[in-house]
Amino acid sequence: MTDQLVIGGHPFNSRFILGSGKFSLEIVKAVIENGGAEIVTLALRRANLGGEENILDYIPLNVTLLPNTSGARTAEEAVKIARLAREINCGNFVKVEVIRDSKYLFPDNYETIKATEILAKDGFVVLPYMYPDLNVARDLVSAGAAAVMPLAAPIGSNKGLSTRDFIEILVNEIAVPIIVDAGIGRPSQACEAMEMGVDAVMCNTAVATAKNIPLMARAFGQAIESGRNAYLAGLGRVLTEAEASSPLTGFLED
Amino acid sequence: MAVKRTDPMAYQPGMAMIASDIRDKVLINVDNYDYSKVSARDVEEALKKNHLSLEDYGALLSPAATPYLEEMAKKAIIETRRYFGNSIGLFTPLYIANYCENNCVYCGFNCKNKIRRGKLSRAEMESELEAIAKTGLTEILILTGESRHHSGVEYIGAAVKLAAEYFATVGIEIYPLNADEYAYLKKCGADFVSVYQETYNLDKYQQVHLSGPKRVFPYRFDAQERALMGGMRGVSFGALLGLDDFRKDAFATGLHAFFIQQKYPHAEIGFSTPRLRPFINNANNNPNDVHEQQLLQVMLAYRLLMPFAGITISTRERAGFRDHVIGMVATKISAGVRVGVGGHEQEEKGDEQFEISDPRSVTEVHQMILNRGLQPVYRDYIRV
Repeated sequence: MTDQLVIGGHPFNSRFILGSGKFSLEIVKAVIENGGAEIVTLALRRANLGGEENILDYIPLNVTLLPNTSGARTAEEAVKIARLAREINCGNFVKVEVIRDSKYLFPDNYETIKATEILAKDGFVVLPYMYPDLNVARDLVSAGAAAVMPLAAPIGSNKGLSTRDFIEILVNEIAVPIIVDAGIGRPSQACEAMEMGVDAVMCNTAVATAKNIPLMARAFGQAIESGRNAYLAGLGRVLTEAEASSPLTGFLED
Repeated sequence: MAVKRTDPMAYQPGMAMIASDIRDKVLINVDNYDYSKVSARDVEEALKKNHLSLEDYGALLSPAATPYLEEMAKKAIIETRRYFGNSIGLFTPLYIANYCENNCVYCGFNCKNKIRRGKLSRAEMESELEAIAKTGLTEILILTGESRHHSGVEYIGAAVKLAAEYFATVGIEIYPLNADEYAYLKKCGADFVSVYQETYNLDKYQQVHLSGPKRVFPYRFDAQERALMGGMRGVSFGALLGLDDFRKDAFATGLHAFFIQQKYPHAEIGFSTPRLRPFINNANNNPNDVHEQQLLQVMLAYRLLMPFAGITISTRERAGFRDHVIGMVATKISAGVRVGVGGHEQEEKGDEQFEISDPRSVTEVHQMILNRGLQPVYRDYIRV
């Protein structure tokens, strides 16, 4: 059975999207390989072409790059950054990130929709980072998003699925892949998200701040795979419903 | 002979006033801040919280928090890693001029001091910028003394334009400007502005800033806000710790940044922590002396108040201190620093503002960062 994640027509075998930029560049390759990640995000603002410590020099070529527009405060700035990413051969994928709050780093859903529309028309495979709101998710899909990336909890908070109920609604209602982004702190939380039916999990801080980073990447990769299998196996019913071994109402006679 | 000094609250010609209540909010809170009343229990309560109230912040700056420095550090390192991971930003300053019209009693650039003054010509700037760019750095901080006559906004603008050709990130640490002048420098390619209030105690402020534009306390105070109004992306704050009561000044600095961030939530916030060193043979005599322990306490308190803020560690501090605070509390470190005018490629054209304690090159600092298990970051910005 093939169970692939398809984003904008591109199939992937792994459902672990790895964030880079918070740990040492020399181990980027090992971390990717350990986690089995096929998609790696990078902040374009970190790309130091031809210069010192350029992250692009450290990411293996067989990996799909997902440059993000971090640093953008408006749709217009996000569009400019995405186009710069394409110019330096980062490919067509872009994670739209529009943030104008330096404290909580919450995405600005309104500007994100605008940027998504422009970039999707421009041929990008757009994965917008968003606050999990059903109406916004629908608008993003209409605007051409190839997937949506709702936040689980504030960036870097490692709090797990704080927005669980809202993400679950997106899982039920939205046709494009749902990729949980930001806030996942432990492999068990990534697993929980996958069990719930999200299509992929993106993780950065939780891996980057582990003592053994490659090993933590492996743990996440396995947890995500495990959660996916559990979802496919139909675990949800067991978890949420009591099931007596004989019918509770079996005593009724007439 | 008594000299009549001007009113430090009176604006001088050309200084634009903006409507803002931030100064009042900061100063009222600072007035009410009495760190001698803080108990160990208050400190412990503050350390339990995820989001500090302003009272909690005051508790962490108090003498009562001194025995809790290790706990503060443990909490700070978690916050720093959460927001910045292992990344440590690298940059260097370039002094393009040291002419100054201010008479500030503590400063090497004081207009009354007989030091060698100079400013870089365009060609000299270019060769300096080129030499710095060759070290691999992509972030630069352009500095001047305060002289509109010798280093006017257009002169600085020309320097910024040149710097923007070589560097991804250009910051300025110059005299306070009006919002439209900040907008002009933003257009030239500068995105970050550092202005240090030195002290938030008006009495002390006027005792040490005897004359010149810097004597005007409120104009300097509102500089960050005018910079943001002019479209700058980030602003930095700092008090010259040890000039007055460092606990109150650090409290004020944090509040200043806090209220600016509330009003301009998109702004990137930064802190610097320059200090006047205690006289060695006078150690322990003055409770307001800023030894390394106190300096670290201030840095940790800034971090816990604003976990997302950048904190820069200056070459005024020794290598051993700098190496240990990066990753724990500081997120940015300068390297290959010259504090005279020029001096990276050309011979220095003017004397230094202060002496540095860490002369290491970019390569050496880079290696130190790696040795500490951290990641040197050269570029973290796109000018859009």
